[in-house]
Amino acid sequence: MKFTKIALMATAFALTSWTAHAVDISGAGATFPYPIYAKWADAYKKETGSGLNYQSIGSGGGIKQIKAKTVTFGATDAPLPGKELDESGLAQFPAVMGAIVPVVNLEGIKPGDLTLDGPTIAKIYLGEIKSWDDPAIAKLNTGIKLPKQAIVPVRRSDGSGTTYNFAYYLADISPEWKTKVGVSTALQWPVGIGAKGNEGVAGNVAQTKGAIGYVEYAYAKQNKLLHTKMINKAGKTVEPNSASFQAAAANADWNSQPGYGVILANQPGDQSWPMTAATWILLYKKPVDVAATAEALKFFAWSFAKGDKMAEDLDYVPMPDKVVNDILKMWSTEIKDAGGKPLYSPTN
Amino acid sequence: MAAGERDVSEVVLKDTRVTASEAASRSAVLKRLRLTDTIFHGLTRTAALTVLALLSGVIIALVIGAAPALGTFGFSFFFDESWNPVTEKFGALAPIYGTLVTSAIAMLIAVPVGLMIAFFLTELCPKVLRRPIGIAIELLAGIPSIIYGIWGLFVFAPFVQQYFQPFMIDTFANVPILSTLFAGPPYGIGMFTAGLILAIMVLPFVTSISRDVFDAVPPVLKEAAYGVGCTTWEVFRYVVLPFTRVGVIGGFMLGLGRALGETMAVTFVIGNAHHVSASLFAPGTTISASIANEFTEAVGDLYTSSLIALGLILFFITFCVLAMARYMLMRLQKQAG
Repeated sequence: MKFTKIALMATAFALTSWTAHAVDISGAGATFPYPIYAKWADAYKKETGSGLNYQSIGSGGGIKQIKAKTVTFGATDAPLPGKELDESGLAQFPAVMGAIVPVVNLEGIKPGDLTLDGPTIAKIYLGEIKSWDDPAIAKLNTGIKLPKQAIVPVRRSDGSGTTYNFAYYLADISPEWKTKVGVSTALQWPVGIGAKGNEGVAGNVAQTKGAIGYVEYAYAKQNKLLHTKMINKAGKTVEPNSASFQAAAANADWNSQPGYGVILANQPGDQSWPMTAATWILLYKKPVDVAATAEALKFFAWSFAKGDKMAEDLDYVPMPDKVVNDILKMWSTEIKDAGGKPLYSPTN
Repeated sequence: MAAGERDVSEVVLKDTRVTASEAASRSAVLKRLRLTDTIFHGLTRTAALTVLALLSGVIIALVIGAAPALGTFGFSFFFDESWNPVTEKFGALAPIYGTLVTSAIAMLIAVPVGLMIAFFLTELCPKVLRRPIGIAIELLAGIPSIIYGIWGLFVFAPFVQQYFQPFMIDTFANVPILSTLFAGPPYGIGMFTAGLILAIMVLPFVTSISRDVFDAVPPVLKEAAYGVGCTTWEVFRYVVLPFTRVGVIGGFMLGLGRALGETMAVTFVIGNAHHVSASLFAPGTTISASIANEFTEAVGDLYTSSLIALGLILFFITFCVLAMARYMLMRLQKQAG
């Protein structure tokens, strides 16, 4: 009898803790912003008690999950076009920005020694430049002794928002890339080896002599990979750092696209890092689970208000205040419950 | 004998006329026994039929999922190399090719080596070494495949890239066919490396099964062969192998089954590129690696459906391998009489 009682109590406990978890916000999608979402979620939980369960399954997965309504919000690095947003009844807003950097594995080269530009990277990934001592690379790097070594281009094997932004930049710069390969989260790559996830690309570049890859900046930093400098649209050589990422973000015209779907690749400006990228959140304008969506909005409002420092610590770029104000306004006018009452008002 | 019970002989001898009540109770007992048997029979049959239901369920689900892709691309799906998510044009040739090539490399290496290890263990090995080597082989089988993948990427691939591949490329640069098979550039990662990792992974299957069947060869056969002056090689080739070929083929097929379906270790070291290349050093992909890499992120129905179609093809290949193994075993058994 005593045993039954204990079992009953345990079940009751399990049930209450389960209901306590039910107020947690669930989201899924891009791996690119995962480190910062995790950090925000951790701090938010300490402050408010509500947790965030974010599964970094990739942008394509995030779009799928929000359309299947299994999560409260989806996250994607490739913005949905206005037409698709309207058809599916989704609202889209950018949460944070980051940067993609080329990383290489070359002996005798120090971080930031090497300079590359868009056309050269496009030719490497098209298989036209095959060796590190190619004249096209040598021309950008006078004074550096480049080894006669085969280039091993490493790219993502899974669908990826990072790939989308990278390909968007290359297509913007190289007409050949645009016609031969195109822009998508997954591509038919002419050459190179594929690895799964940002961490997979980082690992492969680290292990393979002569490799070049593209990863989110935080992954390059954590894995101590050799990053390169880039020549931007203004023809200036820039280092990947917060200043150059912010410069690119500052020049963007956020209202030019529906759902703030502006790709930050190849932005004008002397200081702009050419492969800066934003990442977006997708939410239903008329959600089924009103309470969960309201919680999610609260979380992102908190992140916009208090998360800037944390984002900068991880080398992400927070959204500018002006854009944040626009986003909050959009929430209060567009995201509503069945009765038409907005789920977010700037005062709460 | 406890009180109240009656000896059977007593019943038969003294009480030949069974009373009606006793007959009724006996038939009740028998009925109950029959009922338990029927239930047990039913349960076992249900369990067995569940397997059939599961199998057909999987096949039906795969066929339904693959239908859009196969309907769109038709027969050319099997012979098309392109895999372009941008234009949504998909073909299965590269993954099928990669699956078959890596498995072939694996079996070409693992079978001879495995047979040699097994023969050494059963015939030539000093008693002290027999157990440690045997256990080591079995432990190889117990290593999770992800560990092989990590080891392959971090240790094996760099070694292959820096030492083995440049050597092979230079050595065979002027030999007609081999120069194509071993063409550069040395990436380290590719079909060849994947095949080698697979070989290590299937080696324990081939070895431990061959060892067990070699052990079952009657000593008198081997002793007779040695007695008439056979060398060790001759005993292996003409006595042990013919006697055990059914078991050896069984081990081979088990290994091949694992090589065809292995996912994680392969995806780490094959390069995941949808290309058909004559060079074994070139990156490629296998069916299971493509599915593992791309399924979660596949946007668009045709993309997902093409991946499911790949799954269906792998299912079919594995089925063919198993059927072939069965057929060969049947023929061998018939020959043996």
